[in-house]
Amino acid sequence: MTITLYDFELSGNCYKLRLLMNILNVPYAIHPVDFFPGREHKADWFLRLNPFGQLPVLKDDDLVLSDSGAILAYLAKKYDTSGQWFPDDPAVTAEILRWHAVADDISATSSAARLALGYSYPFDIEKSQKGAHRIFRILDEHLWFGEKAGRDWLCAPAHPTTADIACFPYVMLSEEGGISRQDYPALRRWTDRVRRIPGFMVMSGIFPAGPAKT
Amino acid sequence: MPKAPDPITRDLWHVVAATDELKIGLIETTLLLDRRLAMTRGLDGEPVVWFATDEENGDDIDADSVLDRLPVKTAYGYTWTCLGTPSAELFPIPEFAEADRVNMSCGSIGIHVSAPRAVENFLDMGHFPYVHTDILGSEPHTEVKEYDVEVSEERDEVLATKCKFMQPRAAKSATQAMEVEYVYRVPHPFCSVLYKSCPEDESRRDVIGIFLQPMTEETCRAHLLQSMIDSTSTITDLRRFQQTIFGQDKPILENQYPKKLPLDPRAETPIRADKSAIAYRRWLSQKGITYGVIPQAS
Ligand SMILES: N[C@@H](CCC(=O)N[C@@H](CS)C(=O)NCC(=O)O)C(=O)O
Ligand SMILES: [Fe+2]
Repeated sequence: MTITLYDFELSGNCYKLRLLMNILNVPYAIHPVDFFPGREHKADWFLRLNPFGQLPVLKDDDLVLSDSGAILAYLAKKYDTSGQWFPDDPAVTAEILRWHAVADDISATSSAARLALGYSYPFDIEKSQKGAHRIFRILDEHLWFGEKAGRDWLCAPAHPTTADIACFPYVMLSEEGGISRQDYPALRRWTDRVRRIPGFMVMSGIFPAGPAKT
Repeated sequence: MPKAPDPITRDLWHVVAATDELKIGLIETTLLLDRRLAMTRGLDGEPVVWFATDEENGDDIDADSVLDRLPVKTAYGYTWTCLGTPSAELFPIPEFAEADRVNMSCGSIGIHVSAPRAVENFLDMGHFPYVHTDILGSEPHTEVKEYDVEVSEERDEVLATKCKFMQPRAAKSATQAMEVEYVYRVPHPFCSVLYKSCPEDESRRDVIGIFLQPMTEETCRAHLLQSMIDSTSTITDLRRFQQTIFGQDKPILENQYPKKLPLDPRAETPIRADKSAIAYRRWLSQKGITYGVIPQAS
């Protein structure tokens, strides 16, 4: 197998895949795409890979895939020998896909605010920020009740799944969109747990967790 | 209401866009010194800049129809304008014209901090091992060795020389760790240019510029220039390298408090404010810059 990730360093959606492949120890090559300022994801050659003109795209031999959530599921099903990152159990599968959809909503709000403030995209900043806060409030509550019930991750299993990977990047990058996480303590504790997963790697703009509190 | 910028700042040339990234016949809006500007390029490719009224980003426009224009200068791949009476010249970067250099913009990135804070961070080598770990620095090589700083009277710029730092990956073209020598220039209150040893050719230096567009007193856009000696990397590769570094600086910069740069030498304990930062702050003070700074109490 030869995996190539069409990748932009500052993209949280691309980072999701780098992160999971690093955790799973899957070797891959990077094909850098000049998303900004070059807008290469709208170039003809790229549109032939993904007509939607969006990063990331992953090629595994001749198979071309797009959408970070779909690719996370693919990588886990194909390369995770532990079977933990995307378990077969129907109820857990549904739970994970539910959070993959939330991850898209986090992109549409937190990432949109970041693109508007940092990369001059013409998005509605205030609306994006409000939308992100609404999701973070629900996430924080879900994680807070989880902690009370002894659940550390977004889904029911006692270990992280691709749901955690999918939601993590644009939660962590929210401050670049002017969205503070100060009022979401359980959400912050979860980001620390994600950053302590063996094989965790950073992207530009996300720093490692501090030393664990004992 | 934002206060009017000081006269020095008002009369400066300010960067507003990478010229090639302005689309011919389309409007892009931006903010400079609290004023909303509209920009486009004419059929001749030349940028046109004016005070925006009800123009929106992405509107169509015929550049010829814009009569009330602001002064424009193009230099180093960027478009510069002025809200007051500009001086004739922009600072020189002679290397930019060398035929074998790869010159490129690396994106214009908005940051929630004042322009002078961003300049000061650019001058500071102390953060390399902690913020740009395994690229521009690594522990235990954390010490910033003694270097020279002067204010060149003739060129009216801050100049730091003989700055040396051990770098795991000094540039895209680097294949091994090396001790890199830097020269930093601050030839403009909101712009800095650095020269660093080039991994590919010992006799030459890579040039990296950071040009800050002061949008408000507490926000700016960083326009990054690379002028490299690199015969193998693609523009995409070179941009990616620089953006990776800048993406690491961004959260650090945005966490600085206060967002304006305090010019009073007693205002901040000089852990970060090292020699070049002190010289830079003093130079801004002497010039009478008050925009984006907390001026020294007199
Ligand atoms: N649902 C997609 C969203 C991908 C996405 O929004 N990608 C961004 C880059 S991070 C992009 O390419 N945007 C360009 C566009 O939407 O036109 C995923 O998760 O992969
Ligand atoms: Fe830095």
